[in-house]
Amino acid sequence: MNKIVKYVTIDILKSKVVLTYLLFLFLTCFGIFNLDNNTTKGILSLLNIVLFIVPLVSLIYSTIYIFNSGEFIELLVAQPISRKKLITSIYAAVSLSLVTAFIVGAGIPVLIYSPDKIGLLFIITGALLTLIFTSLAFLGSVITRDKAKGIGMAIFIWLFFSILYDGILLLIMFQFSDYPIEKLIIVLSSFNPVDISRILILIHTDYSALMGYSGALFKEFLGSQKGSVVIFAILIAWIIIPAIAAIRKFIKKDF
Amino acid sequence: MIDIKNVNKKFGKLHVLKDISVQIKKSNSVALLGPNASGKTTFIKCLLGMLIPDSGTIEINNQSIKGDYKYRNIIGYMPQIGRYPQNMTIEQVFDMILEIRKTALSSADTELMEAFGLKALFSKRMGTLSGGTTQKVSACLAFLFSPEIIILDEPTAGLDPLSSEILKEKIKHERSKGKIILITSHILSELDEMVSEIMYLREGNLVFHSGIEELQSRTGEKSVSKVITSILKTL
Repeated sequence: MNKIVKYVTIDILKSKVVLTYLLFLFLTCFGIFNLDNNTTKGILSLLNIVLFIVPLVSLIYSTIYIFNSGEFIELLVAQPISRKKLITSIYAAVSLSLVTAFIVGAGIPVLIYSPDKIGLLFIITGALLTLIFTSLAFLGSVITRDKAKGIGMAIFIWLFFSILYDGILLLIMFQFSDYPIEKLIIVLSSFNPVDISRILILIHTDYSALMGYSGALFKEFLGSQKGSVVIFAILIAWIIIPAIAAIRKFIKKDF
Repeated sequence: MIDIKNVNKKFGKLHVLKDISVQIKKSNSVALLGPNASGKTTFIKCLLGMLIPDSGTIEINNQSIKGDYKYRNIIGYMPQIGRYPQNMTIEQVFDMILEIRKTALSSADTELMEAFGLKALFSKRMGTLSGGTTQKVSACLAFLFSPEIIILDEPTAGLDPLSSEILKEKIKHERSKGKIILITSHILSELDEMVSEIMYLREGNLVFHSGIEELQSRTGEKSVSKVITSILKTL
């Protein structure tokens, strides 16, 4: 680990925003697990919160951090270091600190109350979501020069994946309810990292039985080992593709 | 030696550098002057590889800088505005840059750091520093590695008189060691004794680039500020 990664990670972990985020996750987890004795139910309630909060914080915080470090990044660009190494170091540092905050804040309580496969799956998914939305934030902030535009874009990405996308899916489901569109819905859902994470955890709980026919179909398609591999491959592609695009753009960027 | 040939840079429709060709030889200290938005900072950024020129070549010690980053080992740069991560300490900033430059603090040039008394502030967070102290950190970073080429963008802006005097002494000292120094400044009076050549940019054009003695004999004036004003009147 080079010193850019080390010191930027320390810098972010010391910031009040990240500490608040960590504390919020920690208290929410304990709160929810204490409300109900059924830990699976607890995980599902947490899932709904985490799927909202983790993308939001990862996107907005990373975007603001990159824009606020503009002059610092400029100074580093003028140093004898390749731009590729520079941007990957900063990406590594931002994602490392946000993943650390998530694992400490949510991981510890989840492992205490639900030390099983579901709990572990929950933590891995949360960490992957953090990486995905940090990648997207990097791409957004490398493309735009204007801070307000960058933050606007981050909010839009969050709104799109958390709310708009599901709305569009529901619309399709209602409009074409007379047709066998279950497979289409599975394919469309897999393009949204938030949806696919939700499905991944749901199909590993008993609650998937409550979702009726489509739940059964989901379980058949994605619940198998092959299905899980496909889901993880999709999630990892969501990390790598925006990150590579951001690196490429950064190498050619004018400062 | 810095050899710049026919460099052009456009930002969209704005033509910021128009066909600039300049040669800067060793032991020269160049003042880069010009009104606001004349392309001074763009020129510096092209040298540092922060901007990639649309056309033209830049060679440092007979080596093209295109696609390279290792050449920056011999360049020290002090930006106009230095802003650092809020929670990083001065020590961490130095440590980080030292690692990038693969140098130990013991073998670095800490003269300026000691003169500014920065060692005593090593554990302070960058976010708590005043503008002037941040500027001192930037200045120290530029000189830390005894670079052959030193680029200073408005070095004394924001420094108190005593500190800017220390910095000026350091610049003169480095110049006497045979280094290339490039300074942009709007305070012409402080450039006396510091510079040996003047480059004047206006709207992206290189208006003139010549030695200070030549300019002095041409205008019959002594100080840099008078020389510049009398030349600008004749243009």
